[in-house]
Amino acid sequence: MEGIVGYGAHIPRHRIKVEEIAKVWGADAPSYKRGLQLREKSVPPPDVDTITLSVEAAKRALKRAGVDGAQLGAVYIGSESHPYAVKPSGTVVAEALGAVPDCHCADYEFACKAGSEAMFVAMGLVKAGYIDYGLAIGGDTSQGAPSDALEYSASAGAAAFIMGRENLVAEIEYSNSYMTDTPDFWRREHEFYPQHAGRYTGEPAYFKHVTGAAKALLKKAGAEPGDFQYCVFHQPNGKFPMRAAKMLGFTKEQNLTGWLAPTLGNTYSGASPIGLTAILDVAKPGDRIFMVSYGSGSGSDGFIWKCADRLAEVQNLVATTRTLLDERLTYVDYGTYAKYRRKILKNY
Amino acid sequence: MFPARYAREMPHRYRLEAHKCKQCGKVFVPRREICDKCGATEFEVIRLSDRVKLVTYTIIHTPASQFKDQSPYALGICEFPEGVRLTAQVVDIDFADLKTGMDLQVEFRRIQTDGHEGILSYGYKFVPVI
Ligand SMILES: [Zn+2]
Repeated sequence: MEGIVGYGAHIPRHRIKVEEIAKVWGADAPSYKRGLQLREKSVPPPDVDTITLSVEAAKRALKRAGVDGAQLGAVYIGSESHPYAVKPSGTVVAEALGAVPDCHCADYEFACKAGSEAMFVAMGLVKAGYIDYGLAIGGDTSQGAPSDALEYSASAGAAAFIMGRENLVAEIEYSNSYMTDTPDFWRREHEFYPQHAGRYTGEPAYFKHVTGAAKALLKKAGAEPGDFQYCVFHQPNGKFPMRAAKMLGFTKEQNLTGWLAPTLGNTYSGASPIGLTAILDVAKPGDRIFMVSYGSGSGSDGFIWKCADRLAEVQNLVATTRTLLDERLTYVDYGTYAKYRRKILKNY
Repeated sequence: MFPARYAREMPHRYRLEAHKCKQCGKVFVPRREICDKCGATEFEVIRLSDRVKLVTYTIIHTPASQFKDQSPYALGICEFPEGVRLTAQVVDIDFADLKTGMDLQVEFRRIQTDGHEGILSYGYKFVPVI
């Protein structure tokens, strides 16, 4: 049997409210909050990036796994905000965890799907018997252009998973992938902010791939939405994952535990993976979890997890995702946010 | 920061690696070759705990140029259970909440960036326990 041996998340403590962004751009905060189902988002301070978020999430995952960094056979990080244009994030993370030098390391990119890609590949290598333990991380500190709708959601966070064969906290039952070439969201080289195709990012992009992957996965597993205690979908805002769940026949209750976007924002590669950590924090042995990611460009990875007995022993070993999301928050104003996100042009 | 020097410091800056004297047990960060307490030359490599106590702190208002944008910030000396003390920024905390003797934890952060073209330097900072 293969699956998750340990998991962990990390979220910066700083938040900015939708109202604070809307007032700068003369936008109507209530309609943004209603339309996107977002109240606030996490903000990374200047000393936090995808690498630091990854290290902290991975440290929690290793503690829950009871595994030492030196035992990792692979370190994979999926992100669209790797701090270097050329030089892996994974080498820094592997070095910080003590996983070097006998380790395979790669950075993944596929817009918001990069994290689940890392999970998919690490799980595959464990299944194939190439490695005993593989670390897969999805994390981002994404940016939306000032005043763009994306600015209200683009946030920061990471989730890490140790894949292995023994002492599982959740077994992998099925996985699949579904992708086409769909130009809904992109960023050209040397551009600071991404572009998106407006309404085209909805039906032909997010919903087509999320529901396409989900239906194929249900069919592969011979399962129905009612067979799962929890579901979690990519969450570019609060509205899309709720609608996808409804379209597929999942209930609001199944979707609520991993639905973090309203107060976290869109953590891109971290989105459905962090949602999964929030579910694992409260799930019971035997519970089944249905997960589908989404990355623009476009594609979705699907996973069906079945929680194991050991899960109950590790849930409270380190800070839970809800604790990281809800406690000890620092709210920043737009000026501080602009400074933190290097949006202030210094002409001197 | 010069890449070669930065890389040499990775073991303690990245993962709190220390040298523990095999003869008298004294712990050193960064690692060293001769124990200044007993003169022994054999050491065990250990990793320090990530929970610390704040021994003392100060608020920096006039920092070195590479930390200018972070001013003002708290700089603390913390003691590890292994007996070692290290100096680093204390972040994610209101200055009014800083108390000597308080528990903090170690977090991996970006320490400095070498202009627009140079390497990014990472290491430890202290944050409130969560
Ligand atoms: Zn000695």
